[in-house]
Amino acid sequence: MPPTLAGILFIASLLLALALCHKPLGDYMYRVYTGAKHNAVERVIYRLVGVQPDGEQRWGVYARSVLAFSLISILFLYALQRLQNHLYLSLGMQPVEPALAWNTAVSFVTNTNWQAYSGESTMGHLVQTAGLAVQNFVSAAVGMAVAITVVRGFARTKTDMLGNFWVDLVRGTIRILLPISFVAALVLTAGGAIQTFADHSTWTTLAGGHQTFTPGAVASQEAIKDLGTNGGGIFNVNSAHPFENPTSWTNWLEIFLLLVIAFSLPRTFGRMVGDHRQGYAIVAVMGSIAVISIGLTNWAELSAGGTVPQAIGAALEGREARFGTSNSAMFASATTLTSTGSVDSFHDSYTALGGGMLIFNMLLGEVAPGGAGAGLYGILILAVITVFVAGLMVGRTPEYLGKKIGAREIKLASLYFLITPTLVLLGTAAAMATEAGRSAMLNSGPHGLSELLYAYTSASNNNGSAFAGVSVNTTFHNTTLGLCMAFGRFVPIVPALALAGSLARQAPVPASAGTLPTHRPQFVGMVVGVTIILVALTFLPALALGPLAEGIH
Amino acid sequence: MDRMPSWVRQHVAALRALLVLTVATGVIYPLLATGVAQALFNGQANGSLVEKDGRTVGSALIGQSFTDADGKAIRTYFQSRPSAAGDGYDPTSTSAGNLGPEDVIDLPDRTSLLTDVCARSKAAGQLEGVSGARPYCTPDGVGAVLKVFPDRAVSVNQLCPATPFIAAHQGLKVECARPGENYAAGRTVPVRGNVTTVAVPADAVTASASGLDPHISLVYAQLQAPRVARERGLPLEQVKALIDEHTTGRALGFMGEPVVHVLKLNLALDGA
Repeated sequence: MPPTLAGILFIASLLLALALCHKPLGDYMYRVYTGAKHNAVERVIYRLVGVQPDGEQRWGVYARSVLAFSLISILFLYALQRLQNHLYLSLGMQPVEPALAWNTAVSFVTNTNWQAYSGESTMGHLVQTAGLAVQNFVSAAVGMAVAITVVRGFARTKTDMLGNFWVDLVRGTIRILLPISFVAALVLTAGGAIQTFADHSTWTTLAGGHQTFTPGAVASQEAIKDLGTNGGGIFNVNSAHPFENPTSWTNWLEIFLLLVIAFSLPRTFGRMVGDHRQGYAIVAVMGSIAVISIGLTNWAELSAGGTVPQAIGAALEGREARFGTSNSAMFASATTLTSTGSVDSFHDSYTALGGGMLIFNMLLGEVAPGGAGAGLYGILILAVITVFVAGLMVGRTPEYLGKKIGAREIKLASLYFLITPTLVLLGTAAAMATEAGRSAMLNSGPHGLSELLYAYTSASNNNGSAFAGVSVNTTFHNTTLGLCMAFGRFVPIVPALALAGSLARQAPVPASAGTLPTHRPQFVGMVVGVTIILVALTFLPALALGPLAEGIH
Repeated sequence: MDRMPSWVRQHVAALRALLVLTVATGVIYPLLATGVAQALFNGQANGSLVEKDGRTVGSALIGQSFTDADGKAIRTYFQSRPSAAGDGYDPTSTSAGNLGPEDVIDLPDRTSLLTDVCARSKAAGQLEGVSGARPYCTPDGVGAVLKVFPDRAVSVNQLCPATPFIAAHQGLKVECARPGENYAAGRTVPVRGNVTTVAVPADAVTASASGLDPHISLVYAQLQAPRVARERGLPLEQVKALIDEHTTGRALGFMGEPVVHVLKLNLALDGA
């Protein structure tokens, strides 16, 4: 089979599998988040936590619960890293330095999983499984909880009550993430991913050298790191490591896992607002952007533009032989289109335009399909902005799903949208303006700017992948990127929940002849257009100085 | 708990929720997964170790260097891809090269990716007795890159007293680069040259993503086969048959790329 055809089949089979799961998984998640019953395990958990599962919360209380849970998580993870040498199963690792421990704690709690450290030489078993992997679960569950709550804002009328954060958190973790991860972990082990709490051991190689076995509960963490769109692997080279991603079919499975929740949530949304077609419209927006982006990235990588790829004859630097260029490009697109940040190849060595596409994917705000949960609430806010723009064109108060988009709603939506660009651009500017920031660049010229732009984009959008040549394990970058991750996650959550609160209070507006239908291809096209135009207007100057300058010469 | 202010109550609930979920997802889940994985897939869960004469010599998933103590290729073995993990194939410091597509100019403290590619190509060509020539590479195995000034051009990766790979560029005399001199102000012009056939394949000149890639391409294995057969005094056909035996095609016919497992191939040769 010719390589190009194989690459196309690889992408097509993934899309087909996602399409097949869209309905059953979306419906299952609908039942999880709307069902009235608590199972026995959950009742025990609620008793231990000390919350009333049937009491619902106003948006402010819900937001404070999210923030309280996240704050406690950051402190807990920070302490775990700082004290790891005193703990069981530390593999002899030293306590993590304060700036790095802060960065890592924020990184995992915010679902970013930016890793300024090298896992195999920094973190012991306990920190990996009882600290970092736990956040892989709960940070994804928090994202999904917030998304469901924003949807409740659209679905409910004349109420202040938006659900119970603790119930959403626990159900998302116990009923959705845990079972899928468990099955996926076993399948990955069957493929060769390791799963052991053994100690290091060494062997003498065939040629007489020495190699060390780096153990870890890898498969169990790999499963949730992809499913929860986290991205924080056990090893420095992440999913390129043969122990995390041993074969070409585990590679397929990992890409599938990191897309499946985000592509199924629109079904959940459609069911909750009582109109499947609204969900299909949203998934169509996500799908169109994703397919265009995957196509362009593959094209850029397979045409191997640039001096070094031309000298090599293929864009193969930083790729594994078993995956090849095309499947690596698919993984890279999927990881940046969601908020994952797992990598099976190294983006720093991508062609200028291919690497630029990956930055662009993240700059889209990760809505195509975006992170577990975060993608859905991101795109719903873009849909709100779209109906507003459309309303301006015809001079009519915009509505979406029977709710008026008035001054308060559009202010909250704009606030949500503006936070990330502010963080990305100010962060990159601060890094470029200071010696401490610039010294991190491995490459010089436009590629150096791309490295820093990528870093601040990745942090502010809670992605976590990197142009990994950049040496970000410094006090300056650990601190500033940590701030970008924290603000990039929690500041937008507040206006998103406030918007939900404000929508839920409204009485429904009956649809009239003048109402913009939001389930037709016309609306899908408008949301795609608004998304791309907003991003292009915001970031084109920065992209022109980095990847575009490098790619066009 | 009811007498505490609500913000304290919220944080106490948060702490308790975190602890409960830590037990569920950070203790029970990994232990259960480990237990089942160890029972069902014992070999894989423990690293797919490979033994020779009862002694562990590696993992089927982790590539190895087949070089001697000085880093020179052992001629009786198939060679792996270049590796950026530590000193090469070091599982305790996995890494990719991370240099970009326009990294073409050597710096005082490191060579450029282009020069790395050219040098690897030249070395592999020499080892296999074929031409190591590639586009954008000089015959002496560095990146063919000029810095062009109004009155002269400098082949920046060829340090004096090297002879520049071309004598003149658009009427300007090409000089070798004087160590320590700063050529940053010049215009960068990579020179493609007129190489048409490239004998050394792409995977032989590029570092993998993990630095632990256990595989090479079929083309690279076939390039090495005559040398290995000669050094071991084996018929070429037998070596080629071993390559076929240790080749994995695409999963389901379309996933990934066909690859040859270097460690298993070399082990099979030792047993042949």
